[in-house]
Amino acid sequence: MTVDSPPAPVQLDTPARPRRIPPAVLLIAPSIVFMALLLGWPVIQGVLQAFRGDEGFTLDYITRMVEDPYFWPAVRNTLLLIAVMIPLQFVFAITMALLLRSNPRLNKVHFFVWAIPLALSDLAAGLVWLSIFNDRGYLNSVLTSLGLDSIPWLAYDNPATLFLCVLVAEVWRSTSLVLVIVVSGLQGIPKDYDEAAQVFGATFWQRLRHVTLPLLKPSLQVALILRTILAFQTFAVAQALTGQNFPLVVGETYRWYTALQNPNVAAALALVILVASMLISVFYLRALRDKGQEGTR
Amino acid sequence: MTTTQMKPLAPQPEVDTSPLKRLRRDRALLQAACIVISLFMLVPIYLISLAALSTRESLNDFPLSLLPTNLSFETLGAFLGSTGILGAFGNSLIVGIGTLLISALIGIPAGYALARFAFPAKEPYQLFLLFTRALPIVVLSVPLARLFLTVDLYDTTYAVILLHTALALPTTILISASVFLSVPIDVEEAARVFGCTPAGAFLKVVMPMALPGLAAASIFTFVMSWNEVLGASILTLDHRTLPAQVLTSLADSPLAYRFAGGFALVIPSIIFIAFMRRYLTNMWGSTIR
Repeated sequence: MTVDSPPAPVQLDTPARPRRIPPAVLLIAPSIVFMALLLGWPVIQGVLQAFRGDEGFTLDYITRMVEDPYFWPAVRNTLLLIAVMIPLQFVFAITMALLLRSNPRLNKVHFFVWAIPLALSDLAAGLVWLSIFNDRGYLNSVLTSLGLDSIPWLAYDNPATLFLCVLVAEVWRSTSLVLVIVVSGLQGIPKDYDEAAQVFGATFWQRLRHVTLPLLKPSLQVALILRTILAFQTFAVAQALTGQNFPLVVGETYRWYTALQNPNVAAALALVILVASMLISVFYLRALRDKGQEGTR
Repeated sequence: MTTTQMKPLAPQPEVDTSPLKRLRRDRALLQAACIVISLFMLVPIYLISLAALSTRESLNDFPLSLLPTNLSFETLGAFLGSTGILGAFGNSLIVGIGTLLISALIGIPAGYALARFAFPAKEPYQLFLLFTRALPIVVLSVPLARLFLTVDLYDTTYAVILLHTALALPTTILISASVFLSVPIDVEEAARVFGCTPAGAFLKVVMPMALPGLAAASIFTFVMSWNEVLGASILTLDHRTLPAQVLTSLADSPLAYRFAGGFALVIPSIIFIAFMRRYLTNMWGSTIR
């Protein structure tokens, strides 16, 4: 393009300047087209699919979804899982990140090991823990050889242990994502602040509460949004561990689509997830921003 | 034997060793905590490997042995030999590499533009990228299945590649933008001064410097595609990827098959993380903001 730049006279009779497309637009355009086609269009179609029947607008699919006996248990399980798992894994991840920051021996090895689940799918995590929790699995083997009774962890009439198993598997798998975000956030905080507080006699808990955590807030906010949205999409763990016994909303979408062959109800369920994810992101952004303004006064 | 000799020294001012002791004790506790967490992460992986590598008969024993006494490749071999698994392995590879290539092709130029140029709708574009990262896979998969049915792409690896690219693209753009930001603009300008075209400066100067970061981003894309279960199993019937194949045969397969499937899914992830471990924190730290 620059090699054969036209001689001056030619440039005079063409208004070249306004017509030239800036290179940035050329570089960005393919991505916009692609995402409009494969992200924007499906979302619109999904909404239509959930609300449009043979003769125009209908709420049939929504009613069918709500009246399904698995729907409310699925909603309850999903919310319960998120409410218990997210705080638990944040405490866990922050502890792990602080442990790493204090430079233990084999620092790098520990970080590598703790990051392995980052590349694991929730299906794989479910299968891994299935080998431990199933009736004749490793956990019951250990219990029996210790002289204790084995427990039917994954029995359908035992909702508490079902929940516990899914929780353990998900915490095991997905804490590493929070960990990596928190570790990279900690790397951005100069150690001086902490050391200054230490010089003035602040205890460990005071330093954590008043120095480290406030500085870590941007990372925590990102991790919180990302993790909660991903947590709404959990399903293969439960599928692998419990089959149908611990329904989750996304698992229901899968069931309506594949087993019951009803894409419209599946689309309605997907919308539930979409709305929930958007609401929760807005809520987090609001909540954490407001607190930030209080902090700066 | 030294105690008697030490006695005369006793009147010396006593050194308070308790802070030192406390420090030592704290260090020891810290190491122990790290080891406990590492064990929590590793023991399940050890157990699934053990389960996948035991014979079918020894899996029926109860209580199961926690030590590798009965190792064999019989279970794993049976899993790999069962219908659809090798094909699914191939499909997973095709889909992963296809996703990686397309998202690099579209995403890297966009990331470069984000890093280097100011353009009108830059802020909305970035916000849009952040928003699309949060779009749940289910929301896309069901309508896309219908679209792909009408254009005859349903149940092909292309369909899954397109879905995975759409999912990975925002991340690829953001990561490559941060990678390009870390390449100083001066070297690019120097290349231009010495007569490179913009494209030449990009290919000969910027690319080599950005390559390690971009490679890490690509592996990341591949991992995402390799792990994605739901979309792949909704968009395909016969051309399933490995996780989709394992998921759909879960209900009617013996435990040994499931353990072998879990093992087959776990091993690649260890390799991926081993490759990416140096980039893990920079990638997450710099892109998400």
